Amino acid sequence: MDFAGAKSTSILNYTSKGVILLDRVLMKGNEAFGAAAIKAGCKYFFGYPITPQNEIPEYMSRELPKIGGCFLQAESEVAAINMVYGAAGSGARVMTSSSSPGIALKQEGITYIAACELPCVIINVSRGGPGLGGIQPSQADYFQNTRGGGNGDYRTIVYAPVNIQEAVDMIIEAFDVADEYRIPVIISVDGVIGQMMEPVEFKNMPSRNILPKDWATTGTKEERKPNIINSLYLVAEDLEELNWKLDKKHKLIEEREVQSELYNLDNADLVIAAYGTTARIAKSVIDDLKKENINIGLIRPKTLWPFPYKSFEDLPQSVKAVLSVEMSTGQMIDDVKIGVKGKFPVYFTGAPGGSIPTTDQIIIKIKEILGVEK
Amino acid sequence: MSVVFEKTKGLTDKPFHYCPGCTHGIVHRITMEVIEEMGLLGSTIGIAPVGCSVMAYDYFNCDSYEAAHGRAPAVATGVKRVHPKNLVFTYQGDGDLAAIGTGEIVQVAHRGEKITSIFVNNAIYGMTGGQMAPTTLIGQKATTAPLGREEKTSGKPIKISEMIATIPGAVYVERVAVNSPANIRKAKKAIRKAFEIQMNEEGFSLVEVLSTCPTNWGLTPEDSIKWLEENMIPYYQLGVYKTPEEGK
Repeated sequence: MDFAGAKSTSILNYTSKGVILLDRVLMKGNEAFGAAAIKAGCKYFFGYPITPQNEIPEYMSRELPKIGGCFLQAESEVAAINMVYGAAGSGARVMTSSSSPGIALKQEGITYIAACELPCVIINVSRGGPGLGGIQPSQADYFQNTRGGGNGDYRTIVYAPVNIQEAVDMIIEAFDVADEYRIPVIISVDGVIGQMMEPVEFKNMPSRNILPKDWATTGTKEERKPNIINSLYLVAEDLEELNWKLDKKHKLIEEREVQSELYNLDNADLVIAAYGTTARIAKSVIDDLKKENINIGLIRPKTLWPFPYKSFEDLPQSVKAVLSVEMSTGQMIDDVKIGVKGKFPVYFTGAPGGSIPTTDQIIIKIKEILGVEK
Repeated sequence: MSVVFEKTKGLTDKPFHYCPGCTHGIVHRITMEVIEEMGLLGSTIGIAPVGCSVMAYDYFNCDSYEAAHGRAPAVATGVKRVHPKNLVFTYQGDGDLAAIGTGEIVQVAHRGEKITSIFVNNAIYGMTGGQMAPTTLIGQKATTAPLGREEKTSGKPIKISEMIATIPGAVYVERVAVNSPANIRKAKKAIRKAFEIQMNEEGFSLVEVLSTCPTNWGLTPEDSIKWLEENMIPYYQLGVYKTPEEGK
C-alpha cells in the first residue's frame, strides 16, 4: 500500500475503462474533482447523496473499483466522515464530499480528525441555507468552513478555487498538503463550479515534504508499540499541550500557505474582495468599469483559511473603499475588515439563498460608494 | 514449576480504572486472550467508544482508536476497507451502541461489514453517572428515570441481538453473560467464534455481553451478579441468535 500517494505521471485517454486522464478534456466540475483526487492517489471515498454534488460520489463509484480503490456510499454524512476518520487513521488517502447541510452533519467528525491530526480532503459544494435551504449555489458556508462548526480550537485549511482548473490543481495538491501538515483540507466550491463544464488538464503539482505515516494503525505485527488514534485527554495540562501543539502548526500554515490573486490593484479607487464564482463576476465588473475609466481592483483569496489578511493590509492609502461581494449576507467581510484594520470603509453587496449577484448590482453599488453618477 | 495462568499479552500493564466489580475487566481479558490465542495480536485494530471503556486503547495491546459516540462501526468500516486482512473490532457500551449508535450498528450489519462488535450491555449509562439507557429494564431506576423506567413514556428496553439477527449481513449473533465462570467461558467461546467468522470473511458478527454496573445500580458486586441473573437474563435471553448456516 503506497500511502505517500502514487501520482500518475502518464497522461492517457479518458475512456469508460477507467480514469485515464487526457491532456485536456471537457468535464463537469464535480467529476473533475473526483478525477483530481484519483490522480493525487486517493483510493478511498466515503460519501452520501446530496444535491448539488451527487456527481462526485457517482464518479467515484464508477472509477475507484477500476483502480483497486474503495468507494462506499455511507448511510449518512455522519457515518461517512467517521469512515474517513478510520481510513485516514489507517494511513490511506481518503476523501468525502457533501453540500452545506451535509457538511453541517460532518462537523463532529471533522473536529475529531483535526484533533487526532489526521489528513483528509473534504469537498463542500455549497448551496443556499440556513437549514435545509435550497439547491442553488451559495457562499454561505464561509463561517462553517473557516471557523468550523465543530467544538474546540482547531483549524482546517480551506481552498476556494475560482474555476474547475484551479479546483483540480488545488485538489491534487490538497492531498499532499493534508499529509504534510496532518490536517483536514476543505475544498470550498459553490454549486456553480460543481455543476458547470470547462476544459481541464490534470497536471502533476510540485511535491511536498511528506513524512512516512508511521503513526497509522496497520497492526503492530508485535514489532512496535500500539498506535493510538485518540482525542481524549482528561488531564488539563495534557489537553493544553495538544492545543498549543496544534496552534503552533496553524501558525506555521498561516506563514506558509496563504494564497491570493491580486488583480488590477494599481491605482485602483476601490478594491473588491471576492472568491469563487463571485470573483469571476467581479472581473467582468472590473473590465466593464475600465471602459468608463473607473479603476477597480480585486483581491481574490484562494485560501480562505489561512486568509490573506496581508493582501488587504498592503493596500495603498489611495484606495477609497473595499467592497466584499459574496453569495451570502456577508461572512468573508469579517475577515476583510480584520485585514483592512480600519484603514478604509468596508462595504458589502451580494445575494444569499441561491441567487447570484449580477454585474449590474455590483456596478451600482460601486458607483454609489464612489459617488459616481450612474 | 510450570505456569498455569498468566495475564494475556493482549493487555497492557496499565491498571484498569474500572470500578470494583465492573465486568469490563472480565470482558477486556477474555477478548484479548482470544486475540492472543488466535495469534492475531499483531494484526488487530480495536475501536473503543465513548463510555466507561473509552480508555480501552490504554488497555488493549494493539492499534486502537477512540471513536465519537456511537460511530465506532463506521470508523471500523473505514479501517477494515483499508486493511481488509486485519482483525477489526468495536467494543461498545449500551448507550453507545443502542442509543446514539443504532444507525451505525444496523448499517454495518446490513452491509455485512467484516468486523466484529462486542456489545457490553449493563442496562445503564455508566460513565456519565447512571442515566437511563435504551436497555434499562422496566421499573429499573436511573438518574434520568428516578421513579423507574416507564413503558408508556420510554418504551420497552431494546433487544439488540434479536434485532441485528434479522439482518442478512449479520452472520453470527450471540448473547452471553459474564455472571459466572461457566458463562464467562461461554462468552469467551462466543467471542472466539465471532472473530473466526470475521477472519473467514463471512460477514458481520456481534456478541452481546450482559454485564454489571455495581456503582450505578447501587448494589455490591455480588448483589449485582444476582441482579443480572434475576432480572437481565430472563429478559435478555442468552443464546445464539444467528449462525452463518441459518443465513444460507
